[in-house]
Formats: sequence, structure tokens, C-alpha cells
Amino acid sequence: MSAHLSYGRVNLNILREAARKELREFLDKCGGSKAIVWDEYLTGPFGLIAQYSLLKEHEVEKMFTLKGGRLPAADVKNIIFFVRPRLELMDIIAENVISEDKMHSPRDFHILFVPRRSMLCEQRLKEQGVLGSFINIDEYILDLIPYDGDLLSMESEGAFRECYLESDQTSLYHTAKGLMTLQALYGTIPQIFGKGECARHVANMMLRMKREFAGSQTQILPVFDSLLLLDRNVDLLTPLATQLTYEGLIDEVYGITNGFCRFLPPEKFSKMQLNSAEELYAEIRDKNFNGVGAALSKKAKIISAAFEERHSAKTVGEIKQFVSQLPHMQAARSSLANHTSIAELIKDITTSEAFFDNLTVEQEFMTGVDTDKVNTYIEDCIAQKDPLIKILRLVCMQSVCNNGLKQKLLDYYKREILQTYGYEHMLTLNNLEKTGLLKPQTSTRNNYPTIRKTLKLWMEDANEQNPNDISYVYSGYAPLSIRLTQVLARPGWRSIEEVLKMLPGPHFEERQQLPAGLHKKRQQGENRTTLVFFLGGVTYAEIAALRFLSQMEDGGTEYIIATTKLINGTSWIKSLMDRPEAQAS
Amino acid sequence: MWREHKHVFSISNVFKLKESKRAVNSIRSLVEEEDEEDDVEKVSWSGEPVGSISWSVKETESSIRSTGEVRDQSFPKIHTAPSLPKNSSGYSLSSLFKEHSEKLLTSLILYLLDCRWSVHDDVILLWQDYVSDWTPEETVKRMQQGKVYSLEKFRSLQDKLLLLDEAVNAHDGNVITAVLIYLKKSLSKEILFRELITREIALRHYIHYLKEIGEQKLLVELFKDHLNVRDENKRRDFLKNCLSFPFSPDDATHVQDHYTLLERQIIIEANDKQVESSGQADIFKKYPRKASILNMPIITTLYYSCFYHYGESDGTFSSPANIRKTFRISDKQFLLTCLGARAKLKAWFDVDALFTTKNWLGYTKKRSPIGFHRIVDILQKNNAPVQVLQDYVNLVEDVEQKISLAQKYKCHDVIINTYRDLKDRQQLIVYRGKVERSSSEYRKIEEILSNSVRLWGEVSPRYRSRICFPSSKLNLNH
Repeated sequence: MSAHLSYGRVNLNILREAARKELREFLDKCGGSKAIVWDEYLTGPFGLIAQYSLLKEHEVEKMFTLKGGRLPAADVKNIIFFVRPRLELMDIIAENVISEDKMHSPRDFHILFVPRRSMLCEQRLKEQGVLGSFINIDEYILDLIPYDGDLLSMESEGAFRECYLESDQTSLYHTAKGLMTLQALYGTIPQIFGKGECARHVANMMLRMKREFAGSQTQILPVFDSLLLLDRNVDLLTPLATQLTYEGLIDEVYGITNGFCRFLPPEKFSKMQLNSAEELYAEIRDKNFNGVGAALSKKAKIISAAFEERHSAKTVGEIKQFVSQLPHMQAARSSLANHTSIAELIKDITTSEAFFDNLTVEQEFMTGVDTDKVNTYIEDCIAQKDPLIKILRLVCMQSVCNNGLKQKLLDYYKREILQTYGYEHMLTLNNLEKTGLLKPQTSTRNNYPTIRKTLKLWMEDANEQNPNDISYVYSGYAPLSIRLTQVLARPGWRSIEEVLKMLPGPHFEERQQLPAGLHKKRQQGENRTTLVFFLGGVTYAEIAALRFLSQMEDGGTEYIIATTKLINGTSWIKSLMDRPEAQAS
Repeated sequence: MWREHKHVFSISNVFKLKESKRAVNSIRSLVEEEDEEDDVEKVSWSGEPVGSISWSVKETESSIRSTGEVRDQSFPKIHTAPSLPKNSSGYSLSSLFKEHSEKLLTSLILYLLDCRWSVHDDVILLWQDYVSDWTPEETVKRMQQGKVYSLEKFRSLQDKLLLLDEAVNAHDGNVITAVLIYLKKSLSKEILFRELITREIALRHYIHYLKEIGEQKLLVELFKDHLNVRDENKRRDFLKNCLSFPFSPDDATHVQDHYTLLERQIIIEANDKQVESSGQADIFKKYPRKASILNMPIITTLYYSCFYHYGESDGTFSSPANIRKTFRISDKQFLLTCLGARAKLKAWFDVDALFTTKNWLGYTKKRSPIGFHRIVDILQKNNAPVQVLQDYVNLVEDVEQKISLAQKYKCHDVIINTYRDLKDRQQLIVYRGKVERSSSEYRKIEEILSNSVRLWGEVSPRYRSRICFPSSKLNLNH
């Protein structure tokens, strides 16, 4: 289940193994048979670390979902709650514990907080009078979860909102902690680059923590050459655009959570795991959707040719060999069938008029066409009461591409939105303003065109089939965040000082001293390895662009990607809404 | 505690600030050198009791300095300037020590204990007492590490704020919240709130904490709270209270509108509910209300008003005109909403009236702030009959668009008339092939074609080239 993690440039399976080891240790602490009561949210992230078999080996006999009332009957010695540190969950746990049948043979209670224990929660348990019932209260530090061979995620949904809206930087502390764990396993990262306020905080904390652990230097040859910390608010534009890679579109249309995607029930593969363990998926996921059809039909030809070989098999040896390959071929065939169906579902959407119109407007904004006027398409969408998130994505995009909207224009959009969708969305609009996604134009000068031109954010001749530039992931738009990464590798940020000053937050470079003897001697032509950390989320299309850079023959740098959460425009805006469930659809 | 310490020091009268500083400075350079040579030493010294002493020195220092100013001492002045912690003497001393403070001060105290105080029982007690005291920095670190800690040591407002700032610097929400809970317990609301205003991060944590434990009394949070008020009357009253909140002028208008809207909805709902149940009005019998209008957006409310209260005089709260005026609804939005509602009721006369304007001579003309092609789409979605549709198709100015719409919605008359007006015989002949022989359309085309030659004359090549490919335009849209 985890082999795909070790194929990449950096063996991320080490990290997974470390996480598993810690889990085993905790389970063994609670001797005897056990049942786990799950905070349902955690089952996703945990699925990336361990399967049920691991838990079973450590005497986990039953698993329940956390809910109020009495716990289901289970003849086990231990009940372990796996929960996030949330107050409402504490109340449920207390209810469970209080209503436990005293007459029945007593069961031992334990709590495992993920990713951190919380004093507030413990106090709540104390108030409810159940704190004393717990034998073990522990934390399971799940900061960076290996998501794929080149991808780590903290799976922390609220990180952007907490950092940029609520000024709660706890997730940055966790990020720094996670990076320390990573360095303990993969060696000190000699160079740290960064852009943005949060990046600065994280780097400071890392340096501080390193000083504090000064005695316990790891004697590991560094795997990473450098770390790049990027604030999401340095590039607010990219997540707003509709992703046009295969994986990006799956996420836009169906939503990928914890590496799984739910398709609508008529499909037999209603829930599917999507990662590089599946050969075909690894091959096509980062392609522009317009290139997926060709790739699928090519694959189909190869597979049917392979099946045809059975006719040419004459000798017993040949037949034997053919049969031995059958399972692999059959897996490939069913994978092909699945992805052909998914691609067809998505094609129905991408060929629709609505999708085309939306994309046209996005591209107009990104190229700077009429970003200072009322957009009639947005107006029409509001009049037709299209989903609010769609409207917000477009209006925010217009604002970002115009470096803020003229007060009159902003007021007009706001009024239209509030009148049509309800005044309760005032809070959401306020949130968008606080994070800078929507803002009144303060200076008369719009610096977006300068940024666009200097960083070549728009490429007229993007080649979707055989890309030669990262702009293929959005069919013309090259994600700003990835351009920054690309320029950093070559020729360096000094060449774009002016533009860096226009983007929010400081940019910086730090060096970490390596213990003597651990300096890496680079072979001629050996690639550098850079860890790019997106604070506040990253999209699948951005990941695809980084993978494209890693694979470039003369690139010279290979990228490992880490983030607080994988996002798309919809999930991102949703995280900034107050009461998104009340959203008018 | 304060007084006890002071007492001890004033009796012993040994420990003078200047001396200590001098001693500190001399040892400091010594220690720094040592530092680089000997790593083992460093580790062994970083145990818990060490940091505590830097705090004790700070305490000592301030207690000595304030001899004769006891009152000031026990009621420290509250500085509102954000730079307060840095100005305080305690901080400056500890910042002098920075990282070396722990080791350094331990050496210092041990040295003093060794030479002069070793036999003094009070000092031993004092020493033990101090061991359980930590600086803000040390305390925060211990909290993060999950070790035993005590916040009760931080008594003065000044110390509490130092602790809070240190917690904020650590970026650990958990610790910040724990400190805030302590401050909430030990400070008056007014003082805490005033201090928090200058500390945004801490304030946010505090708001979040209040929200979590259900103590939603803070101003801005309070407004958000209105979403949770279920009862509409309470909600309205709540909103009314919110009107006095310090919103930006822009937001204040929206809050005012929100309040006005809910106020009206309550009146309309009560009235209509009564009318509906009494069976007085036909409209409610024919189209029973599906849901209450309470808490609906303005546009929905306007739609409702256009549906059930059309034609009421401007003076009533429920009339479309009044809603339009009160909430400054744009012409486009008003027209679209009104059109939707009246078309749904198949009130084609009302639809017609929406677009009719009279000029000063009394002539009528159809006008619309939105292109007529969109009007046609909306009418068609509401199942308008061809007779109605074709009136509006006819109003579409662009000839190509007019023909393609007419073809889409089968408005034969429009197509035939348009071709006739364009004098396009060719297209008419083609179109004749598309309609049934027995139909009135067929007869009409025949009639036109057989009309006098004079009617036809020369076919304008300009128009021909434009209208020959009506469908190609459509394709472009895809």
C-alpha cells in the first residue's frame, strides 16, 4: 500500500514508518484488547498512515464512530478515543463516558489527541467531571502526512483561515514542528528561502527550535538541498483559476479528500483512491485535460496489443509467461476502463457552454482585459442565482487581477451579491476583504500587469499536448507561485527584486550550519533537491507544474512538495465563508 | 509573596543592583568564552531551576529600586503604550542576559550562596521558593513542553502582559489560550479588553475562546451571533442593537438594510399568513405559499412581492415599487425579478407593461435595460406561448440573432416577415420547404412569393451575405 512513497527522489516511506512506529507504541501502551472510537474526520488522514491490519495486529478488535449517547457494546478491555482537540468532541466523549454501564465489567478509557493535546479540552473534560476516568491522555503528532511519492500534506483544512483571517498562527507552529521532524529524519536543510509573513515566522521558529536542540544534532547526510517557504497570500490568484489538468479537474468537479475521490453512485467505482501507486494515473494526472484523450487511447492500444500476444504464444513457455503477466494486464485494463469513464464524465462538463463561458472570463481577467469594469457575465450569473462560490471566485479573481476594485465597482458587486444571496453573506465578504482576496483599490496604479509581464504569467502559445512550459496547467496561465520557484532555482530572485517588492511580505534567505563532515559533495550533473512548502494550501495544478519542472531535462532541480492542505478555489473560498452550509445554491 | 521577598532582601541588604550588574557583566564574558569551548557543560546547566533565578533577580531588582515607593510597587502603573514590556526594568535586565541568563545567574547565585549566604536558613528557603518560579519565557517553554508550570506567580498586570506577549511570540495557540484563561480569571473585563485591543493576535484567540465556551459578548462577535438567533422577532431586535456597532459606513448601510428587510418580512409574513388562512385572496388559493418569506434574500422577497402583491400602491410595505425604492434595487435586477414572477403567473399583459414606455407625445415604445434576446430566453423558460414570444423576438435588433432565436423557438411569422422585409426570395423558398404544406405559414409564404414583382425588385447583396449563415454564428458560441 505504501510502495509508491519510496519510488521518488526522497524516500517518504521513512516518514510514514516513523509515524506508524509511534502509533504502535501508543497502542501497546494500552495493554489488552481494545476498541477505537474515531473522530470521523481523522479516518481520512490516518488512512494515509496505516490500514486496519496494523491496528488489528495490536489487538484493536472494534472500531466505532464517535457520537453521543452510550458506546456500543464491545467485549474489550480498552476504549481509545482518537480525536481532534475540539471542545464539541469533548462533550460527546464525556457523554459516552458518563453513560457507560457501571454494572458491566469496567473498561479502561484513553484519549489520543491528534495532532496536539489541548489544555482547553482537558479543562472541559475536567469540568464535565470525567478527566479522572482516563488512564492515558496522549498526543499523536501527525504534522506532515506522506500523501504521495513527492507530496506531504498536513491536511489542516483551516490553516489559511486561521493564519490570514483569524491571526491564529498555531498551524505555523505545527508547520515548524513538522519541518523539525522532517529534518531529524532527512538531515538538516542547509538553505532556507522564503516569501511572505508566515514564511518568515516559520523560518524564525525553525531556527529557534534548532538553537534549543543544539545538543542533539542529527548525524544524517542532508537529503534536501534547500527549503522554499511560500505564503499562499503571495499568490492569491492561482487557486481562483479553474485547474485544467486531469487531476485538477477531478478535484474541481468531484473534490478529492485525503487522496480519495467520490464519484456519483451510477459509476461502479464510487470511491476511488488516486495516487501514483496506479501506473496509468501517475502517467496522466498531470496532463492538460486536452491531452488526456490521446494518452488514454495510446494506452488502450498498448494494452490490447499485449492481450493479442496470446495468439502468438506457441510454446508452453510462452503461454506460461503470458499467463504470469495476466494479473498485471488485467489491472491495467480495469484502470484504463475507470479512467476512460472518469474522463468522459469530465468531458461532458468541459465541453459545456457554461464551462467555456466561465473559462473565457477567467482568461480575460488573467490577461488584464476589462478588469476595471462591471463584468456582464458575473452580473448574469448573479441574476440567474448561480452558486455563490462561483460568483465569489470570479469577483475575487477580478479584484486580484486589478490590484483591487474601484470602490464604486466593489460596492456594486457587494450590493448585488447581498441582495440576491442574503445579508448574512456580509460576514463572508468581510472575510474576503480581510484576507485581501477582495479589496478596494487604494493606489491608483495597478501593478498586476507588471507582475504578469515580468514573471511571464501569460503565455499565448501554451502547448497542451506536448508542453514546454508550466503554463500548460492552466492552458495559458503560468501559476505565479511556481514561477517564483522556477526563478529562484535559476537565475535567482535577485533578478526579480522589483516584483518581489510588489508581492506581500518579506523575502529572505537563511543558512543552517551543517555538522562538520556532512557537507554534500555533489556529483557533476546531479540535481538539487528542493522542498517547497506552501503555507495555506496548494492546488493540484501547481503540483503538476512543479512535477513538470522536476522532469525537465536541463532543469537541475527536483521538487518535493509540502503543504498545509490541498485546496482548490471552491474549497478555499468555502473555508473563508461564515456558515457555508447556509450557502444559497 | 512580594512583601516577603522584599523583607528578606531589605534585611540582608546584600544584594544590590549595581553590584549584581557588575558581577553579571564580569561573569558574562567569562561564560561566553566557556560556552564555545565546552558543550557538555551547557547541556547540564539548562535544567529547570536555572531560569527561575533570572526572574528572581528581576524581582529583586525592582524591589530594591522601589524602596521608599512601596505604593507604586504594589499598584504598578498600567501603561497603555504597546512598548510597555520593553520599558519595564525587569525586561531590560533579562534582555541583557538573553540566552546566557540561565547559566550565568545560576553561577551567580551559587557563588553568592557559597560565599556569604550558605548558612542563612531564610536564604535556603528563599532559594527553594524561587526554584518554583520561572520567567515568562521559561514558563511558556515549559507549557509547550508539557511540563509542570504555574501561572499564579504572575501577579502584577505588567507581569501578566509580559507573559502574554511571550506566549504570543511562541505562536502556540494552546499556550496563548491557557494564558488568556488565566488573565480572564484574574483581570477585570475592562482592563483585559483594553489591553487586548493593542494585541491583535491575542485578541483573536480570545474571541475564538469566548466563542468556543459560548460567552459571546464581544462586540464584533456579537454581530456574527445574529445568525444563530432563530426567532425572527428576537433576531430583528438583535439586529436593531447591532445598528449602533462601529461598522464601516459601507457595512452600516448593509446592516441597516438587513434590519429593515427583516422588519418588513415579519409584517408581510404575518399579514399574508392571515389572508391565506382566511381564504380571502384568490392568488393564495390558486398558488399556495410554499415557504415563509422570513430570512429570505431581498431578491427573493421582491419576487414574492411581484408574485403576490403586484399592483399594490407604492405606499404599502409589500408592494414591489416600495421594495425597489427602499433597497435601491438596480433596474436590471428589478426587471429580471419582476419578469420572472409575472411570466410564471402567465400575466402577459403585465409583462408587456414592463417594457412599455410612453413619450411626451403619447406614442408608446418598448424599451429594456437588458437585451431583448435575454428577455425571450426568460419568457421561453416560463413556457410563454409563441404569440407572446414572437412579439419579443421581433424586438431583437440584430437581424441574425433575431432569425436564429425565431428558428429556435419556431416563430414562423417572424422569420417570414424578416425575410420579406429583407427581400430575400431565396431564403423564403428554402423556408417554404421546411413548413407543412397545409399550414397557414405555407400559404403566407406562397402569397408573398406570388406578389407583384415590384415588391421584390433587387435583392440587396449586403443583407444576403449577412443572413445566409444564421447558424454559423450559433456555432461560434460553442
